[in-house]
Amino acid sequence: MQKENVFEIENLNLHYGAFQALIDVGIIIPRQRITALIGPSGCGKSTFIRTLNRMNDLIPSCRVEGKVMFDGEDIYDKACDVIALRKKVGMVFQRPNPFPKTVYENVVYGPKIHGEKNKDRLDEIVERTLKEVALWDEVKNRLNKSALGLSGGQQQRLCIARALAVGPEVVLMDEPTSALDPIATLKIEELMSGLCENYTIVIVTHNMQQAARISDFTAFFLNGVIVETDTTEKIFANPANTKTEEYITGRFG
Amino acid sequence: MSSSKRRKDIAYYGVIAALSVFTLFCLIVIIVYITSNGLPHITWEFLTERPRSMGKEGGIFPIIVATLYATAIALVIACPIGIGAAVFFKEYSKGGRFIQIVRIFTEVLAGIPSIVFGLFGFAFFVVFLGLGWSVLSGGLTLFMMILPTIVRSTEESLETVPMSYREGSLSVGATRWQTTVKVVLPCCVKGIVTGVILGVGRAVGETAAVMLTMGGALRLPLSPFDAGRTMSMHMFVLTSEGLSMEKTFATAALLIIIILIINSAANLIGRKVGAINSA
Ligand SMILES: Nc1ncnc2c1ncn2[C@@H]1O[C@H](COP(=O)(O)OP(=O)(O)OP(=O)(O)O)[C@@H](O)[C@H]1O
Ligand SMILES: [Mg+2]
Repeated sequence: MQKENVFEIENLNLHYGAFQALIDVGIIIPRQRITALIGPSGCGKSTFIRTLNRMNDLIPSCRVEGKVMFDGEDIYDKACDVIALRKKVGMVFQRPNPFPKTVYENVVYGPKIHGEKNKDRLDEIVERTLKEVALWDEVKNRLNKSALGLSGGQQQRLCIARALAVGPEVVLMDEPTSALDPIATLKIEELMSGLCENYTIVIVTHNMQQAARISDFTAFFLNGVIVETDTTEKIFANPANTKTEEYITGRFG
Repeated sequence: MSSSKRRKDIAYYGVIAALSVFTLFCLIVIIVYITSNGLPHITWEFLTERPRSMGKEGGIFPIIVATLYATAIALVIACPIGIGAAVFFKEYSKGGRFIQIVRIFTEVLAGIPSIVFGLFGFAFFVVFLGLGWSVLSGGLTLFMMILPTIVRSTEESLETVPMSYREGSLSVGATRWQTTVKVVLPCCVKGIVTGVILGVGRAVGETAAVMLTMGGALRLPLSPFDAGRTMSMHMFVLTSEGLSMEKTFATAALLIIIILIINSAANLIGRKVGAINSA
């Protein structure tokens, strides 16, 4: 029986050298829901989302304390297998970052890394994930062309497909649409509502309408602290904290 | 743009254009001069026969072989070590003290005149390790000479690979090694090939370093422990002992042709492998 919550985070403190970027963060990420992280620039949203798949490990000065429980296991425990974690917790970045390989090779990159060699199964993964991100019809005739030839929006959907191809439980998205035009943005938003039937999604966004439109839960960050977290409905209709209200109504930030 | 600015702009352009034309002109003069003097003497016999009377007569077949042999030894060792070191410096180490010292050494190595390499190679490989005057001693000496070039150019091209590629790879659960081998290095093929070409150019044309380490025998080197003479050494001997100007030019022309062939082959490989990566 799977737990209801994918992530349960308690007392998370994160330092970059002497600078504390996250202060006593506690939050629950429910399964198969979309959780939006909002807050002004530099408040620690990216920092936080990157603790969830230990992408912060790449930064030498970064130090993490506290509990980040994923499916009941502390991912900052010494025994945690980071590779297995990242397989289950995928990530989509702000700028589309497809590899300079073919569309096909981009999608099968993860599965191949994890040992899948069977050509039929790889083909099947490519078709399934590209359909999941509504890109199949656009690229099915150019699977063997470079992914860098795709438009920005297509590249971003390809990156989502690449993340989905390894069968994650969670997909972390750090401002996935901020480099895209409104139409490409809309496509990705539509897609996310469908994806949350099978995946848990955590998304950072600067776009209040986007958070309101697509997410089930919202957390408001300010200066490394979670000021308020609740259902999106509640946060946008009737926030408990005045800071939250000021932010979502655009009076600061 | 104001007209005085525009005039200045045109003047700068003119100066730069003139300099490039001059450079090209010098290059063409050298190549034309050497090939026109040398090409007529490159005959089938010259390519396939061994030298007679100290190189005055006959061909240079064993010399071509020794040249390529020593260069190949140098490359076979320098490529894995050089690329490996660069990957270690850039992808693995966090830039500690040890790494910095090693880097300074590689940089200093690049600026040392080749005769010093020759002396070291003689003292260390020929005498101390007892490898004698041999293609192997020469190859090892050349290896040390081209190592910094390969490390440098690999490092430079690793730096051009966007961090976001590494993140993309790690985020699907790839290890650092898989990320390096499957994503980062394929992006660097062109840069690495350029470094290797520079290295080959330096090795193939090297004289001083091999004079002191390969002996100078005119025999065909079969084992790596045999002595041999490279083409540039041969040219040096032919001219300094006044043996044959014809043969010198023929050897020089052939050396230029060989370098051109290696360059275009490497470029072609680089482009084939790198095609999809830079498309
Ligand atoms: N590698 C780093 N080293 C030191 N400080 C960092 C590092 N990365 C981020 N910070 C600092 O941590 C704080 C939070 O940064 P973070 O990138 O998480 O903000 P953010 O909420 O994602 O902002 P934005 O909305 O602009 O993306 C900022 O003050 C930033 O300067
Ligand atoms: Mg951010």
